[in-house]
Amino acid sequence: MNLYLDIFLTFLKIGAFSFGGGYGMIAVIRDSCLSKGWLTEEELINFIAVAESTPGPIAVNMATFVGSSRAGVLGSLLATVGVVLPSFIIILIVAALIKNLLKLAGVQAALEGVRPVVIGLIIATGFTMTLKVIFNVSSLISAVGSFRFDLRSAGILFMLILVAVIWKKFKKKSISPILLIFISAVCGVIFYK
Amino acid sequence: MLFFFIYAIIPPMKNSSYKKIISLFLAFLKTGAFTFGGGYAMIALLEREFVEKKKWIDHDEFVDMVAIAESTPGPIAINAATYIGYTTAGFWGALGSTIAVCIPSFVVIYTISLFFDRFLANVYVAAAFKGIQVCVCYLILSAGIKLLKKMKKEPMQIILFSAAVLAMVCITLFSVRFSSIFLIIIGAITGLSVWLISKALSRKGERR
Repeated sequence: MNLYLDIFLTFLKIGAFSFGGGYGMIAVIRDSCLSKGWLTEEELINFIAVAESTPGPIAVNMATFVGSSRAGVLGSLLATVGVVLPSFIIILIVAALIKNLLKLAGVQAALEGVRPVVIGLIIATGFTMTLKVIFNVSSLISAVGSFRFDLRSAGILFMLILVAVIWKKFKKKSISPILLIFISAVCGVIFYK
Repeated sequence: MLFFFIYAIIPPMKNSSYKKIISLFLAFLKTGAFTFGGGYAMIALLEREFVEKKKWIDHDEFVDMVAIAESTPGPIAINAATYIGYTTAGFWGALGSTIAVCIPSFVVIYTISLFFDRFLANVYVAAAFKGIQVCVCYLILSAGIKLLKKMKKEPMQIILFSAAVLAMVCITLFSVRFSSIFLIIIGAITGLSVWLISKALSRKGERR
């Protein structure tokens, strides 16, 4: 298939099935882009960090980034339009024609089923990413023997948890993700350089 | 019939709405440029702008909007822009707001993407990103745990949640090709079936 068309359709699909905010879509982006060979796990994690520390919705940022890295400016434009289009059409229909659609009991019941699945996807994605980053395990089939415990990244993870917990205790609110990313970048330079 | 529907949603632009569309455009350009860290930060900003300052939509409608944005797919920011744009200035308002909220992301990220590989080639930057990768794992896990704490803890929810975690971890670790979209669809079907079955059962109970 034409690469441009493929990018557009893939992000259209991602836009149509990403419930529950930015992190909910990471699982969907991950298996679409990894299986097509558009991204490696490491690139994906780097992109998430960039998307998180720049303004705007994570979904749009991810789409622009992947589109651009695969197929230049046209690719990024198509990916962005693709990821936004389903939302736009659905909200337009809801706002214009059937404002009460979402109050229907059946729709609510279906959403009750979607929510726990999405939460499960987020936690599973976080878990497998942690396995990859700290234990270098990305697959149990192809990577047998490449198990390697990375003490430095485990140390960074421990420190981040400590900082987040202490921050919450004294400031009475969660630490901002951007500050946490900044701290981890400093740790990275100290530990890995 | 279809034409009628399209016309009902997309009427020709009225002259009087130009001003409103332009100020919607500017307001959403600003929101797009200054909201870090996802949808919920932006909701507070939107409320200040449109409910308190401009008074274009009232508080109740805003709460409805948030509920709609949360329960439809897609980024909350986009959903909110389309909804507020439509309710204040019709189709063209929705289009203008949605494009506006995307422009800052698009420009910033596109520019970064041009230099990202060269940027990563620097040894210090590469080391920093080694640390940042750990942070991304932490952020995703903590976002998931926060949502998990708020989730209803009824049998259906707990079963679906555990099944989704187990399925997704296995899919990833055994490199199975199975899209997570199917898991979401299975969740929706389960939710709907449980509701239908419990409704049928309670009706049967009433008849006795």
